[in-house]
Amino acid sequence: MANKVHVETTLNGEAVEFLCEPRQSLLEVLRDVLGFTGTKEGCLTGDCGACSVILDGRISCSCLVLGVEAQGKNIQTVEGLAQADKLHPLQQKFLEHAALQCGICTPGFLVAAKALLDRNPNPTEHEVRYGLAGNLCRCTGYDKIVRAVLDAAAVMQGR
Amino acid sequence: MESQQEYKFKVIGTRPIRHDGVDKVTGRAKYGADISLPGMLHGKVLRSPHAHARIKSIDVSAALALPGVKAVITGQELPELAPGIYQMGEIPINPQYLSRNIMARDKVLYNGHAVAAVAATSPHVAEDALALIKVEYEVLPHVLDVRKAMADEAPILLPDLRTSGTLEKSDKPTNVASQLRFARGDLAAGFKAADVVVEREFNTSMVHQGYIEPHNAVAQYNEDGHSTVWVSTQGQFSVRELCAQILKMPSSNIKVVPDEIGGGFGGKTTVYLEPLALLLSKKTGKPVKLVMSRSEVLRATGPTSGSYIRCKLGATKDGTITAAEIWMAYEAGAFPGSPVGAGCMTALGPYVVDNLQIDGFDVVLNKPKTCAYRAPGATNAALGVETVIDELAEKLGIDPLEIRRINGSQEGTAQPAGPKFLRIGCLETLEAAKSSAHYKSPLPKPDGKPVGRGVASGFWFNAGLQSSAAVSINSDGTANVVTGSPDIGGSRASCAMIAAEVLGLTAEEVHPVVADTESIGHTDVTGGSRVTFATGYAVYEAAQEAVRKLKQRAATLWKVKEEDVAYQDGVVSCVNNGQEPMTLKQLASKLVHAGGPVSGQASVNPRGVGPCFATHIVDVEVDPETGKVEILRYTAVQDVGKAVHPSYVEGQIQGGTAQGIGWALNEEYYYDESGTMRNSGFLDYRMPTCLDLPMIETILVEVPNPGHPLGIRGVGEVPIVPPPAAIANAIYRAVGVRMTELPMSPPKLCKAMAEKNAKK
Repeated sequence: MANKVHVETTLNGEAVEFLCEPRQSLLEVLRDVLGFTGTKEGCLTGDCGACSVILDGRISCSCLVLGVEAQGKNIQTVEGLAQADKLHPLQQKFLEHAALQCGICTPGFLVAAKALLDRNPNPTEHEVRYGLAGNLCRCTGYDKIVRAVLDAAAVMQGR
Repeated sequence: MESQQEYKFKVIGTRPIRHDGVDKVTGRAKYGADISLPGMLHGKVLRSPHAHARIKSIDVSAALALPGVKAVITGQELPELAPGIYQMGEIPINPQYLSRNIMARDKVLYNGHAVAAVAATSPHVAEDALALIKVEYEVLPHVLDVRKAMADEAPILLPDLRTSGTLEKSDKPTNVASQLRFARGDLAAGFKAADVVVEREFNTSMVHQGYIEPHNAVAQYNEDGHSTVWVSTQGQFSVRELCAQILKMPSSNIKVVPDEIGGGFGGKTTVYLEPLALLLSKKTGKPVKLVMSRSEVLRATGPTSGSYIRCKLGATKDGTITAAEIWMAYEAGAFPGSPVGAGCMTALGPYVVDNLQIDGFDVVLNKPKTCAYRAPGATNAALGVETVIDELAEKLGIDPLEIRRINGSQEGTAQPAGPKFLRIGCLETLEAAKSSAHYKSPLPKPDGKPVGRGVASGFWFNAGLQSSAAVSINSDGTANVVTGSPDIGGSRASCAMIAAEVLGLTAEEVHPVVADTESIGHTDVTGGSRVTFATGYAVYEAAQEAVRKLKQRAATLWKVKEEDVAYQDGVVSCVNNGQEPMTLKQLASKLVHAGGPVSGQASVNPRGVGPCFATHIVDVEVDPETGKVEILRYTAVQDVGKAVHPSYVEGQIQGGTAQGIGWALNEEYYYDESGTMRNSGFLDYRMPTCLDLPMIETILVEVPNPGHPLGIRGVGEVPIVPPPAAIANAIYRAVGVRMTELPMSPPKLCKAMAEKNAKK
């Protein structure tokens, strides 16, 4: 155990402590140490976005962040999107628009879309496409994902 | 069989929220890599750095000595299997080749070929151990080009391989695993009758399915010889059968639990890690988990074939195609089994051609063994045929959709392989494309750069194969549907909707479950556009069986004859006495007094498959400076038989189209001279992002399949077939160059434009 580091962080609003090896990525810590398997691994090189988390308000690939770097940070994952028994509007719109097929990229897209709407609540179609260009989906051709995000933005704006 | 015309659908054709949706938007859905068991070890695979080499020795002692390493296996520990073909259902497999692909024996045949595997207490320790395994190789000459691999002087991959399908047997070692020919009519007379003949050569690169979830497997071998495998697969029964073959275990001793699957597109219909995980678990007595890296997925799983195709078509002035001569060689990868047969069978599928000759060659070379990829083989072939037809149309001054309509296949048309089509929707898709808002609209001109519009058609089969389903009625009057088909793109929803339609329930009142190999009857893979067709057929039959039993139960309760009970829209009623009708909910609560619970089972192998046709329209803009192609507008028209859940049918079309666009413009296996894939990551294996694509418009044409009680056809695969040809044709209309090589990436397009300008 001597080679493990003690880390204190905030995960989906809750204070969390964990021990990890310095070489473990935040993705590995989330999934294998903390059991938060909603965040997915697709490439480990930061190219697919399946492991997207919001780190201190910024969208990040958790495969490119070390677990020890989470010290003192604020992490949001897909598990933190729904509140009590209510889905986040993005989750609801993804369901209504059939914006997922296999679902493996869905957590990353939802987190990236949340980060996008947090900083730009009223994006155009092009801004949605630009904002989600770091996430790969191989099933949908993105059409229904983009529509779901635009619709969620409208609902969240009370339109 | 009831006629689908008599059906007034209440659930089918609506768009309910999929049943597994909440689990998938909350991160709760468990995919293979999410499985964790107490005491679980982690495995990693050592892979060949050479494209072709003899393994002289493997020394694992240093790896075994590393603290935390529990076991190392090499090819010597897999059972030696006799050569030959094993029929897995209707699918022939060669267990010896399969085993050798999973772990090399005396030779490695491609860069990435597995040579050893380690199980250790953490994935990092396992990875450290790989670096300690010493493999001594004797590097051999390799071959990466399909035509060079066919040449007499080519390095031979498999010394025992002889060409099958030839008229005369040869005992000469070869890389040509098989050849086939479809021919009919009089080819010479057909070309003689033509006013215009066009012949072109095409080359396409090997491409990958590109599912976002890497392959995974967790295995637990029990001391009593039984074991369990948890895996993201398109077919749990196939995994069981293939593991049993490779490891010489009784298949019933292996239970395979299908986890959620993060995409497959054909690539997860075989095994890579599962037998290794089982073997490592047997050796260590602990559960073992293996997960591939992205680079391993690209280097060592099954992409689809690169190919060389020659295509010659002739037509008369009125546009009638008089003859077709096609010659194609497909890369099988390191072991036989490219989809060249399907390429030959689909190439001319949309057209009536009386005089034809199609030759196909399955060729091994030093690249990974190919696996199925969405309409396997058809996209390559369509690039040739659909581009040449476009050129015929241009030369004859006929609209490109019109020339397709003039020659279009219909009921009774003989396919290249012989069988005649039943009722199909080929002409209907062409008509719908022609009258679409997109085709009638003027070309957009956003930047003043060259723009062009292209069209192409495609054809793909609908596999039947075996499926099982069980429908049980809950005490509250809802129902459960259990199938053996892993749900990749919403098939839980479509199966539940079919049961709901029969039972008179809402989609939400039916709970779909995907079961392991011990909880449902045999079911073949999720693939071949077959699940909603064939598993849906089993669900339909099982639900009918439940309805029959519900009528029996009501007859018992009412003390009337069974034939006097009717079931309609979820209500049982008695035809000729004064019994008050009962809803399914009311009846369900009384079953305990009327003979007990109700369930229906069905296992099917349906033959009434419904082939699928698509016609795509695309507008592109070409940057003359950089050669970059922008997709401005895209419309995919498809005969879908009957869309059970239209949103997921559209989703299949949009997703397949996006894959086809990637194949057309960017994706390729890029090898250096040493036979190493130089772009084995998502940064350089460049799949389309949402910024690369516009909305993909879909037009669903519904020509019911006469072979299915609900009119259902397979829909999932054909959308990948037309895009490369449609885009090539659009590029031609924009800048006047015929692109005959995939991908049509900026460097290739720049070169083609420069050559054209130099000729001026």
